[in-house]
Amino acid sequence: MIAIIDYGMGNIRSVENALRRAGAEWTLTADAAVIERADRVLLPGVGHCGEAMERLRGLGLTEVIRRLHRPVLGICVGMQLMCRHTEEGDAECLGIFDARVRRLPEAPGVKVPNMGWCRISNAEGSLFKGLQKGEYAYFVHSYYAHNCSDTVATTRHGDRLISAALRWENFYGVQFHPEKSGTAGERIIRNFLNI
Amino acid sequence: MPAKRIIPCLDVKEGRTVKGINFEGLADVGEPVELGARYAAEGADELVYLDISASREGRNTLVSLVERIADRISIPFTVGGGIASLDDASRLLDAGADKITVNSAAVADPALISRIARRYGSQFVVVAIDARSEGGIWRVTTHGGSRLTDRELIGWAREAEERGAGEIMFTSMDHDGTRSGYPCPTFAALADAVGIPVIASGGAGSVADIADVLTVGKADAALAASIFHYGEISIGELKRQLAAKGLEMRL
Repeated sequence: MIAIIDYGMGNIRSVENALRRAGAEWTLTADAAVIERADRVLLPGVGHCGEAMERLRGLGLTEVIRRLHRPVLGICVGMQLMCRHTEEGDAECLGIFDARVRRLPEAPGVKVPNMGWCRISNAEGSLFKGLQKGEYAYFVHSYYAHNCSDTVATTRHGDRLISAALRWENFYGVQFHPEKSGTAGERIIRNFLNI
Repeated sequence: MPAKRIIPCLDVKEGRTVKGINFEGLADVGEPVELGARYAAEGADELVYLDISASREGRNTLVSLVERIADRISIPFTVGGGIASLDDASRLLDAGADKITVNSAAVADPALISRIARRYGSQFVVVAIDARSEGGIWRVTTHGGSRLTDRELIGWAREAEERGAGEIMFTSMDHDGTRSGYPCPTFAALADAVGIPVIASGGAGSVADIADVLTVGKADAALAASIFHYGEISIGELKRQLAAKGLEMRL
């Protein structure tokens, strides 16, 4: 069973639809016992990262998530929550990935939010198995995690390379939305389910 | 940096696609979910579904249609047509729409943009602007171009951005349906005036027209209907030809 952590942030319907298309079964939950028993855990997220962190704290889930030993995937703000700190609301986060989350800098011709299909580079590891080199994924974000030792894929924003995906032990995070990234995204979701 | 986007637009009425197309092996061309899935498989970067139902019954079928699209399609899609309140937008978000477009209702009540953006984020709100050139001034129209307003295109686009729009979709009513190309200098001025993506709509007659609006016109995306519906060029072929011209496309 897959647990999608339900902490009342944003729309998780598209994540559920993607799991249904992948033939997976899931439960939407904020119950620590259910999350601890799950084979896979998804931490989705749309919206304000600092606020999302507050909600996880309010539900008593921060320690629960940190102690998970089965594969965990954070999507978008879910990935940012797994970093050390975010500028969005100046909040301490879960501290799983060794990265800080900062606001994307604007520049002439470089738009924020970064929205659309961006090329993934330097992708390595089981999440990206079977994907073409230079595959595109769908991003919608105004904050980013810098490149760090946990970065397992990058993308370009203006002249800077940012983390498209992070991994530390059993924890995975993607800045993009695999549930909206067409066949490439479907493959990434299947890869996560098959880890 | 995001690639340039190609977005097919499907007009739906009472839950059916209005303009048919000639896809081989697709039995029911009027079925919007199947058509969208086909476009997605061909390489569409997003889809726009525009509801042109006149009746309340027709509108009510939209929510169930959006649910079926969200079940089936794994790329982002936008829903527009007659969205006049935060409640309308909420119903579509709950049904699975990634974005909505507001047009006439936002002109009548600009705070609508702020209300939706505050609640669901700017990435959810696309402001569609229909305008036509009157004595050298691009004036905003509403109700499908039938009503001329006092608003000017760029001023309104800037206000929409300030109020929280995530994208601007601009249609020149002088070019829409003519297949004679886009007013590229106007698009370029618009793209320079706002910091959010601009989607070019209405007027594409050829690959060169689309290439022009994405380069000279500085648009981030091109929306088209008839060029795809009548099967003149497939989305995949269009994107390959644009890539050959040096544009970054997701192939």
